[in-house]
Amino acid sequence: MAQIILDMLSERFTAGEIVETGAQHGNEWARVAPPAWLQVAEYLLRAPALLMNMFIDLTCVDRLPREPRFDVVLHLYSIEKKHRVRLLAGLPGTSPSVASVASLWPGANWFEREAFDMYGVVFEGHPDLRRILMYPEFQGYPLRKDYPKEKRQPLVRRLPGSV
Amino acid sequence: MASEARSDLAPRRRIVFGEADVSDFDETNDLPVESMPLRMGPSHPAMHGTIRIELEVEGEKIKTSDIQIGYLHRCFEKECESATWTQVFPYTDRLNYVSPMLNNVGYALAVEKLLDIDKKIPERAQYIRVIVGEVSRVADHLTCLGASAMELGAFTVFFYLIKAREWLWELLEEISGARLTHSYVRIGGVVADMPDGWASRLLDVLGKARTALGDADKLLTNNKIFRDRMDGVGIIAKEDAAGWGLTGPVARSTGLAYDVRKDHPYLVYDRFDFDVPVGTTGDNFDRYAVRMEEIFQSMRILEQALDKIPAGPILIDDVRVALPAKRETYNTIEAMIAHFKLIMDGIHVPPGEVYSFTEGGNGELGFYLVSDGTGRPWKCRVRPPCFANLAILDKVLPGLFIADVVPTFGMINMIGGECDR
Repeated sequence: MAQIILDMLSERFTAGEIVETGAQHGNEWARVAPPAWLQVAEYLLRAPALLMNMFIDLTCVDRLPREPRFDVVLHLYSIEKKHRVRLLAGLPGTSPSVASVASLWPGANWFEREAFDMYGVVFEGHPDLRRILMYPEFQGYPLRKDYPKEKRQPLVRRLPGSV
Repeated sequence: MASEARSDLAPRRRIVFGEADVSDFDETNDLPVESMPLRMGPSHPAMHGTIRIELEVEGEKIKTSDIQIGYLHRCFEKECESATWTQVFPYTDRLNYVSPMLNNVGYALAVEKLLDIDKKIPERAQYIRVIVGEVSRVADHLTCLGASAMELGAFTVFFYLIKAREWLWELLEEISGARLTHSYVRIGGVVADMPDGWASRLLDVLGKARTALGDADKLLTNNKIFRDRMDGVGIIAKEDAAGWGLTGPVARSTGLAYDVRKDHPYLVYDRFDFDVPVGTTGDNFDRYAVRMEEIFQSMRILEQALDKIPAGPILIDDVRVALPAKRETYNTIEAMIAHFKLIMDGIHVPPGEVYSFTEGGNGELGFYLVSDGTGRPWKCRVRPPCFANLAILDKVLPGLFIADVVPTFGMINMIGGECDR
């Protein structure tokens, strides 16, 4: 249904920016080389035949023990064309980072904060990258596969008068 | 005597309403405006949700806002990763806890796509899913409207609408056994058929709910106090809606006619005749009006579904997915083993990834599931609609007054369980 997106992507990007494309269960997906993340996202937003103007979801998958360990997963939709695509970018286990797409879709702001909060993925160029669901003193990244479910956190003592 | 007194006053400056003296009345000369931090929540009587809003105000006017969420984070994703695919249902109940059926259905559809059985679900089960889902949607909108009206002082409306919601929840309790956390849907169908006479009782309740909504409508829609706080407040531009990921009534209030049930029909929604109401200005009143109309549209769907529902099984006949009948389980060793394997190991879902989306109470409710071929999800991600809808408040609130936070926040309808997961 949205094969046109994958075709246009592999036509436009020929220098290895698109690593792999495919479709499963009616979802078309494209694996992007991390340095081209923002470039590919911007093309999807601006190309007149694609117009992926609706931000749907951004999250991360920890595929321990695979390397690259983290996959940043972005879902986009086009209101006009009614098609969807999933973009993935594989990031290394040590200091994973990728460009922020919050400048293209402002809705990505909170979703990137959540991915940072839960997986420790740093989004470069994000306007306000801080924890969103956890508290600032939280140690570690809870949705990583090597974070035990029962792990306890140190007691946080806040100074009187601090917010 | 009088002239003497007047001469005493003479050196004082007399107020003359002329151009030269207008500056005397400039408030900024008298009252230096200093910005002040104001923290609303996490426990605030006018906020129906545990959330903190850090405002910077100048007088009554909001300069900046910072929304802080996470107070209801219950580790949904982490818990799902150690539960079997079936054990996730009770967790989904607690996402949007005002309309748990819609979450149940959304999750079941996602897993069924991974299992490639989404085309084989019995038709009666699909109709029942539509029916319980729409009942849930009505309950969801009733709660939002009732609670928001109460926060603006219309307590009677709250009672009218919550009473109607209670009738609907009683019906859902009858069909599922639980008033609030139903866990009624199963992978491959639903757990039980509609009890005898349930359909006619539902039609009765819809009639009574229409009366209650009519009463609420008379009290609110042309009420000056209500309109003054809703009209033109919290405006969201249509151009912003898509980029911010807004869906559901919040997006439709801006004029963006995106409804998953219409644009990408799932289950049997393409067989029903219903309209998608949209707003024109994207203010709070439009969000109120859109929800009000959507309740009536859901009732239309319900009446058509109850009319058309076919007879037949309510659970897929597939030993990989469905539990064997209790009679078999207790009497044959094969069924006993199958039951044991499904309960202990879970349903074995082939490796793969899927993003499946449905129209939840607040908008597009998506499930992004990753399976590694075992009985437990590798990742079970929820795309929470009100997480995206709430984020835009940071843009909407600056420029409004403190009192405007209450209706604006109420009409976004943030549900803590879904937003924080």
